[in-house]
Amino acid sequence: MGYPANYRYTEDHEWIELDGNRAKVGITDHAQSELGDVVFVELPAVGTTLNKGDTLGTVESVKAVSDVFAPVSGKVVEVNSELESTPETINSDPHGKGWIAVIEASDPSEGDSLLDAAAYERLISEEE
Amino acid sequence: MRTIFDYRKRSGTGGILPKLDVPGKGSSDLLPSQLIRRSEPRIPNLSEPEVVRHYTALSKLNYGVDDGLYPLGSCTMKYNPKVNEDVARLAGFASIHPGTDPQLAQGSLAVMYDMSRLLRSITGMADVTLQPAAGAHGEVTGMFLIKRYFEARGEVDRTRILLPDSAHGTNPASAAAAGFSVTEIKSGPDGLVDLNELSGELDDTVAGVMLTVPNTLGIFEENIVKITAMVHAAGGLCYFDGANLNSFLGYARPGDMGADVFHFNLHKTMSAPHGGGGPGSGPVAVSEALVPFLPVPRVKRNGDSYELDWDQPQSIGSMHSFYGNFGVFLKAYAYILTLGDEGLRQVGENAVLNANYLQERLKKTYRLPYDRLCKHEFVLTGKGIADGISTLDIAKRLIDYGFHPPTIYFPLIVHEALMIEPTETESRETLDRFAEALEKIAHEAKEDPQLLHEAPHTAPTRRLDQTRAARNPILTYPFEAE
Repeated sequence: MGYPANYRYTEDHEWIELDGNRAKVGITDHAQSELGDVVFVELPAVGTTLNKGDTLGTVESVKAVSDVFAPVSGKVVEVNSELESTPETINSDPHGKGWIAVIEASDPSEGDSLLDAAAYERLISEEE
Repeated sequence: MRTIFDYRKRSGTGGILPKLDVPGKGSSDLLPSQLIRRSEPRIPNLSEPEVVRHYTALSKLNYGVDDGLYPLGSCTMKYNPKVNEDVARLAGFASIHPGTDPQLAQGSLAVMYDMSRLLRSITGMADVTLQPAAGAHGEVTGMFLIKRYFEARGEVDRTRILLPDSAHGTNPASAAAAGFSVTEIKSGPDGLVDLNELSGELDDTVAGVMLTVPNTLGIFEENIVKITAMVHAAGGLCYFDGANLNSFLGYARPGDMGADVFHFNLHKTMSAPHGGGGPGSGPVAVSEALVPFLPVPRVKRNGDSYELDWDQPQSIGSMHSFYGNFGVFLKAYAYILTLGDEGLRQVGENAVLNANYLQERLKKTYRLPYDRLCKHEFVLTGKGIADGISTLDIAKRLIDYGFHPPTIYFPLIVHEALMIEPTETESRETLDRFAEALEKIAHEAKEDPQLLHEAPHTAPTRRLDQTRAARNPILTYPFEAE
């Protein structure tokens, strides 16, 4: 699976898609593949204010429970509640229908310091 | 595999009741009508031998440390001497009610008092509570103690706990349960706490650090004295997760390293049967500053007699009904007294020797990401053994060789982790057989990968669908389907 060029990535394996100040957040294909089958997703409450790096939610697989961190600061304005009944969407479509939440970024320029697709792919190939 | 409800027999009886020798009464004479059931209970009608055989058959499918090696990293599945069971079953202990007047329970109180003394001397710390029921319960007790300490000092802004990524998985949950927020500290390439990163986080919002010593990579924090000094200088306290005490028993004491709180897993280090959910025992030892906050009641000695002291106004309260899991720390008490100083030192020595023996042999076949002298356990990776082979495949194949698999996929800082803790109670012969099995499996992974993907072949059940079990658990017998 490719890493969309218009997304930005974190070293903790989240992606964001920035549209103005709306940042859609999910976990990367690499992250879902390391985790294995996802069985439960804990979503943040809409309206929660987060600083960059705060825990946005958790993803639980048969192997491990992992925190998902907010790649940018801001307010949670939307969550993907479909994941509550079909957490496996994170495995099947991590960069699309498996999105976790939308953050209204208080400072969208925070996204500039994140990795682009090429840098992220380098990072995961080093981890291998 | 049948459950007891799958026996289709509808008639039969488990026993014969004597004839009534008083006038009979029907249920409607004795119970209000709304409490009388209208249909027969759905319990199988089976005879005593049928029930006994069913459960005996189930018990034979089990695998425990009495069957063989159980190298579950981070869990210390050592052999539990049976003499401990004899002691715990002495009628004077086993038959006593926890509500007995202390005057009539002097023997039990004496054991608790002396057990605290032994644990103080093993840790070099000021005092001990025996109440926590297991390790994680000990952790949260320790976190409450730290919280209460800072409240008493008026330092309510100390709300953060620093936690290395090589700590036990329960630690962050325990800190959060006590109301702290958790900041993760990354390990350096040597598997130890990165001192620069630690020092960058230490400020007046930090309540303390929670260290697993040695850590989950089986590596001893060699800067431990420096770390505790740094934390103390910043006004914080140091929590040591003692689940890995087996590796330095009798050689070093957390109190001397600067610990303020230390929890034991008596059911691991001091040998009481565990697994399958308990029962455990997780006493907590504390430094002088935390003594006033310990749970009540505390056992006090008054001349020749013992009493329960509830009058501790600064205490965090009770952490367990009555006094904790008495039967479990009784077994641990028997174990400590049986081994004595010299024996306990030997436990630590042999646990470390066994782990290093296996590590040195197995690192020739499996990659060892943190290659250095280990303590009681070490972490290999299943990566690179063969294309398409996962650590899960390797672990499942070990079952076919008659071994319980080690801990897998933990710690998270090693990909495809295989975390092996042989413990001191295994002979060199057993260690060699285990290593040989893992070497054969590595060979099979290349020659016949399907054999691993389909393992286990010899267990009562094949590979379970963990994903479906987690997503769609069936927790009751589906009678409705009948």
